[in-house]
Amino acid sequence: MSNTKHFVAPVEDTPLRATDSLRTDQAPLSLWADAWRKLRRRPMFIISSLMILFLLFVAFFPGVFTGVDPNNNCQLSNSEAGPTAGHPFGFTLQGCDVYARVIHGTQASLSVGVLSVLCVLVIGVTLGALAGYYGGWLDAVLARLGDIFFALPLVLGALVITQLPLFRENKSVWTVVFVISMLAWPQMARITRGAVIEVRNADFVTAARSLGVSRFGALVRHVLPNALAPVIVLATLELGVFIVAEATLSFLGIGLPTSVMSWGNDISAANASIRTNPSILLYPAGALSITVLSFIMLGDAVRDALDPKSRQR
Amino acid sequence: MTDNSGAIPLETDTDKTAPGAKVLEVRDLSVDFGVEKKWVPAAIGLNYEVRAGEVLAIVGESGSGKSASSMALLGLLPSNSRVRGSVKLSGRELIGPDAGRIREVRGKDVAVIFQEPMTALNPVYTVGAQIVETLRLHNAISPDEAKERALHMLDLVELPDPEKAFKSYPHQLSGGQRQRAMIAQSLSCDPKLLIADEPTTALDVTVQAEILDLMRHLRNKLDSAIILITHDMGVVADLADRIAVMRRGVIVETGTAQQIFSNPQHEYTQALLAAVPHLGQGADSADVDVTAALAAATHSELESVDPEELARRERENEEALKVAAAEETKRKGEPVLELTDVAIEYPKQGRVPAFRAVEGANLVIYPGEVLGLVGESGSGKTTIGRAAVGLLPVAEGTMRVVGQDISAAKRNGKQLHRIRRDIGMVFQDPSSSLNPRLPIGESIGEPMFLAGVAKGAALQGRIEKLLDQVELPRSYRNRYPHELSGGQKQRVGIARALSLQPKLMVADEPTSALDVSVQAKVLELFQGLQRELGFACLFVTHDLAVVDVLADRICVMQRGRIVEQGTRDQILRNPQEAYTQRLLAAVPLPDPEKQRERRELRAQLLAAGIE
Repeated sequence: MSNTKHFVAPVEDTPLRATDSLRTDQAPLSLWADAWRKLRRRPMFIISSLMILFLLFVAFFPGVFTGVDPNNNCQLSNSEAGPTAGHPFGFTLQGCDVYARVIHGTQASLSVGVLSVLCVLVIGVTLGALAGYYGGWLDAVLARLGDIFFALPLVLGALVITQLPLFRENKSVWTVVFVISMLAWPQMARITRGAVIEVRNADFVTAARSLGVSRFGALVRHVLPNALAPVIVLATLELGVFIVAEATLSFLGIGLPTSVMSWGNDISAANASIRTNPSILLYPAGALSITVLSFIMLGDAVRDALDPKSRQR
Repeated sequence: MTDNSGAIPLETDTDKTAPGAKVLEVRDLSVDFGVEKKWVPAAIGLNYEVRAGEVLAIVGESGSGKSASSMALLGLLPSNSRVRGSVKLSGRELIGPDAGRIREVRGKDVAVIFQEPMTALNPVYTVGAQIVETLRLHNAISPDEAKERALHMLDLVELPDPEKAFKSYPHQLSGGQRQRAMIAQSLSCDPKLLIADEPTTALDVTVQAEILDLMRHLRNKLDSAIILITHDMGVVADLADRIAVMRRGVIVETGTAQQIFSNPQHEYTQALLAAVPHLGQGADSADVDVTAALAAATHSELESVDPEELARRERENEEALKVAAAEETKRKGEPVLELTDVAIEYPKQGRVPAFRAVEGANLVIYPGEVLGLVGESGSGKTTIGRAAVGLLPVAEGTMRVVGQDISAAKRNGKQLHRIRRDIGMVFQDPSSSLNPRLPIGESIGEPMFLAGVAKGAALQGRIEKLLDQVELPRSYRNRYPHELSGGQKQRVGIARALSLQPKLMVADEPTSALDVSVQAKVLELFQGLQRELGFACLFVTHDLAVVDVLADRICVMQRGRIVEQGTRDQILRNPQEAYTQRLLAAVPLPDPEKQRERRELRAQLLAAGIE
């Protein structure tokens, strides 16, 4: 091609197409459908969700997995005895069946995790969204309030709260949930606040406002749905963290009462026999690790799927 | 230039490629991107060459592969890309096993000017430090020598005070100055090839004209080969010697500027040229000879045009103006939008004091009229648009919208709510103005639902009708915004703005984010709807040519003030204010011949302005 030659591509090879042509053949896809399409193919997501389904099944129907009564069938003669037929994990110091205790402990651990996350979501998302959206003095007050709770270390805060007269005598799953949500909501509020501030000034919010949507209506309908992705990710990650927190508190004796079976309580009790028979400790600890790992893996997979940067099309 | 050590190469070049020698030779260049384990082609089998002292413009719309193919020359593509073919820079192969050598070439033999000078310059270093860094990276010279050369470069790019610019941080310079600094940095090692990737797209027209002038001067001085990547036919006409038109990764036509503009052969080139809005070529009225109008208004004479010929064109223009004045119909009815001595402030936030963006604005829009509000960035045009919808408070004066005083309405109050039902607004960025979580049918239907106009099946019917009106298939109702192209999204934005049958439409740069051919279609649609539905429109834009297509009246703003307003003919045929004249003269024309005349006129205008 010399300098002056006028080159024209053959029109047959490069036909003119309609500008801005419409694609009507593909099925509509929402963000969630898109995320689901991507998640379905992720082994990490498949494995973690199968494990979580299994754990939920164990929590609801412990009787399917063990016929042994975990609490009332303890015989001291079996203290720290090894595995025998029908008792595959052996016996605790008190002579209770470890396998039955691990199975029955699932329920308490999972319910603490799930309930805490729900409470944290309600408190954190509400306060964070209001603070981020309205700003001004409301933001300042809520931010300082959150800072106060944020500054309390979990164990110290839990010690103080559980020693209040109200909680000292009647400990239950709910007290642990209360303690964890009290101390953990500020992080959720911060994440929500940030996401809301980012979306608040988007054109589509202005557009909605200029078309007659009320201020609060725009928050609920336009801002929040677009700010939820990081919140959901944090929630799945925190679920695992909260289950560990319950175990920590129970281990320290300020969590669930000993009458409630939980992995944390069992780990705490196994402390006494760690030198003589460490396997008693390992079984509940292993169950805890697997559960936490499943939720964290799920959180990771969901985060990747919802990340707008990884979205195509 | 391999052995120059410290000498300022601009004067003392001995082994410079002979004028007209091939600097770059591209053969069968293909670029692919790996997306979801598949190769998606961005450029297919490109062939072109650039000679020293020549400007090759690569023109195309978004997605044509013009940027990707040019970045491939430098190996600046992301890691999921694959480049094949041959690129020879002065005979040296840049693609293949010796790809490591590319870094040597970058910045020294090939330099790039990016679109956005604010982000292309590092904000934590001074402009001078960045130029010195580039110089010392490629040449063994002392800091003092480097500084001397950096100052020379800053002087060369016609920065008013090179010493001051040297010590400035990027944010201390204006957009045009930053782009000059960026050019100085790119040219500091005297590259054989300069790639300018949309160098003026982020700039205002008057600044763009200055940068284009600068690039023309530099080309004559430096004898570098330049690849100009752009979507703007006006810029191409102003600067290019040869043009390559790209579409979907393929070059569809190459030729000299003359050949492409006067005799386009490929259908796509023809369609592209037809889609470019010309200033002075309104939708249905006669073409306006803006050059002649400007010459008459400023009493200039042009060297490139015969005086008699110019006089004839000026006379024609005057007569057309008289005819237009006689034909002008009386504006009737109650004004839809009326601004009286309006000042608009951005309210103070914390310690940041209130900022007055508009001062003493007076304008009136009557029913069925389109008023084009034109100005450069920071002129306050968008501010007026936002205030008309009640998104910003009016600090002084009165603003009446559809008979009601919006300046007195309480913020977030009931009255404002009511007034807003009579106003529709179309936003600039179609991607960000639609809620990504709502199907577009819901976005369109929301205002009607909230206003209680329609519910259930009736609402669905209205949504379908609106989709018909903006020429989108009804099945699109259930789709989400990210599935639509930019032009389609903007049509959804228009449908939403129309949903309450507004009496006033405020359109804030609705087409500036779109490709030319898409822009042409959207403008055509908008115009059709405006005629059919008869709403009044405040059309805010920086692009005079777009206003020219649509507007009955034009209003020119500068630094928060309205400097001139009148009918389209008054403004285009007889611009009175110096600023309006400068603005008109700065708009590049997609025609090399006419652009040459315009350029000369602009130079005279500027010279007259300085005296």
